[in-house]
Amino acid sequence: MSANTLFDKVWDQHTVRELPTGQTQLFIGTHLIHEVTSPQAFAMLRELDLDVRFPKRTFATVDHIIPTDSQIRPFSDALAEAMMSELERNCRDYDITFFDSASGHQGVVHVIGPELGLTQPGMTIACGDSHTSTHGAFGAIAFGVGTSQVRDVLATQTLAMARLAVRRIDVNGKLSSGVHAKDVTLAIIRRLGVNGGVGFAYEYGGDTFDAMTLEERMTVCNMAIEGGARCGYVNPDDATFDYLRGRLHAPEGDAFERAVERWRDIASSADASYDDRVEIDGTEIAPSVTWGINPGQNAGIDECIPRANELPDSERPQLEEALEYMGLRQGEPIAGTPIDVAFIGSCTNGRLSDLREAARVARTGQVQPGVRALVVPGSQEVARQAEAEGLDDTFRAAGFEWREPGCSMCLAMNPDKLIGREICASSSNRNFKGRQGSPTGRTLLMSPAMVAAAALRGKVADVREVL
Amino acid sequence: MAERTIEEVVGSAAVLRGDDIDTDRIIPARFMKVVTFDTMGEHLFEDDRKAAKGDHALDQEHYHGARILVVGSNFGCGSSREHAPQALMRFGFDAFIGGSFAEIFAGNCTALGLPCVVLDAADLAALMDTVELDPDQSVGIDIAAETVTSRAGVARARIPAGTRQQLLEGTWDATAVLLEAGDAIETTAERLPYVTGR
Repeated sequence: MSANTLFDKVWDQHTVRELPTGQTQLFIGTHLIHEVTSPQAFAMLRELDLDVRFPKRTFATVDHIIPTDSQIRPFSDALAEAMMSELERNCRDYDITFFDSASGHQGVVHVIGPELGLTQPGMTIACGDSHTSTHGAFGAIAFGVGTSQVRDVLATQTLAMARLAVRRIDVNGKLSSGVHAKDVTLAIIRRLGVNGGVGFAYEYGGDTFDAMTLEERMTVCNMAIEGGARCGYVNPDDATFDYLRGRLHAPEGDAFERAVERWRDIASSADASYDDRVEIDGTEIAPSVTWGINPGQNAGIDECIPRANELPDSERPQLEEALEYMGLRQGEPIAGTPIDVAFIGSCTNGRLSDLREAARVARTGQVQPGVRALVVPGSQEVARQAEAEGLDDTFRAAGFEWREPGCSMCLAMNPDKLIGREICASSSNRNFKGRQGSPTGRTLLMSPAMVAAAALRGKVADVREVL
Repeated sequence: MAERTIEEVVGSAAVLRGDDIDTDRIIPARFMKVVTFDTMGEHLFEDDRKAAKGDHALDQEHYHGARILVVGSNFGCGSSREHAPQALMRFGFDAFIGGSFAEIFAGNCTALGLPCVVLDAADLAALMDTVELDPDQSVGIDIAAETVTSRAGVARARIPAGTRQQLLEGTWDATAVLLEAGDAIETTAERLPYVTGR
């Protein structure tokens, strides 16, 4: 069993009690909600005649259903408008802070939490969204939960959870030029599998992570869940503290310095022990692209799609199912696959550094005629910063659409979606069948820079050859 | 808020083959643009079923009325949407037997009183085969004994100890249990400087 890891320390500090089932009743320090998974939870609360126990520890925003072309109310989609109104009513009734568009802080929930300093080391965080693992980049233990558990957190500020095992994943070595955090997370999932993390918290470390910015760490932690791990985290360090200093909800002055002392102590100790350890050579990671229907089905840009006879028997049916759906052929290179749509954004890769990397590529050319290319900033704050740097003009000049913040085409609960069998180069996190809104639509996951390169070439291309 | 105890689920079963079936497939996101779960059952596996043009397992007449869904490994991966187990439950499923289940999905199922039971690969393959051959047979999940009984025999099943106890004691809907902690919740909060602001 793991000991003296950040996970163990945070778990122990937040333990309210051990339950007769052997599960732990865990205090949830920060609860984030959005319009899709919370309305039923509030309905259950009303039905049970319960109040929100710690209204100051829950924060709301709107992201999944919000249109990215015009956010003027009422939304043109009556269903979206109804969900928005419901969230407004719930926040009003229960005195919950709502970062709506008028606040200037609206955005994808996993973008705004860190941006506002709501996400801090040593916290427990829950949200009715599987990509809550993102917040682990700060050394928080952050879980995605379902709606019944959203209700539990609202009613009790706690969750009943079984303790996880901890797997340390070391990535060492300098990443090659053109290789980004997205490629690191895809490489980890490819190595350990889409269900390899079930029962585990992933602790990411090693000098590759030490050298990453917080935004890069967020990209990796975001996709911990795609590897089956309920949460993933990086131990906090000076880069973490520098990121948080001066943020709206971060402690100020002396309180910040005291917090830094606590945050240093919460990191895994030198003598920490783990349930499992994995090492990955960062220097061998290439810009990666998915070719299938789960994020583990990915290959380096120089590689070919695997052949069935190269795989264990157990993996062949999935390969065949994936290639049939994708219309791709085994043994063929992934590079050169034509695309119809390019999407840059999402909780995985919709932050300022992602947009900067994509803009570097966009400056070198024009979006291919016939390719629909969207850039969707992760939040209003990201949009403001990007616009101050002129990134919006860069993208527009290259033929990309510059949109307003939201989840957009990552899951297409809004007007942004694929049509028919369109194939999309996407900086998001899931290439599941139908994920981007068309039941037959196809997704190729890659880094934002690679998406931009694909947009300019009209096909999957090696960003290192474009720059 | 004492819930019903769940000691066993007995009934006919349906087999849905394939690994890594994600919650986007179980309930595509566009059907979640509502503020209740009421309509989820109508859209269960809608895109997969349309694509299969009547060949999808759930559209087979011999599986009509099945209470138990037998699935592969990593079932329910992806999005945390409770809409997925809600859709399965409202369609008529009361329990799942598989090679493995994604964690958030399994937790959401527990919160709804839907057992997710794991079998070893050989036992799962035998169960799938026998149910496909004879879909009218009764399959039994015994939560206390941790077994699955079918014409293929009695197989040892696995269910996490805590979940098993929650089902057997009728405490699978956690809110009441969590509320019993009383002031211990505030006491824990008092220990956390980021909550107290001190």
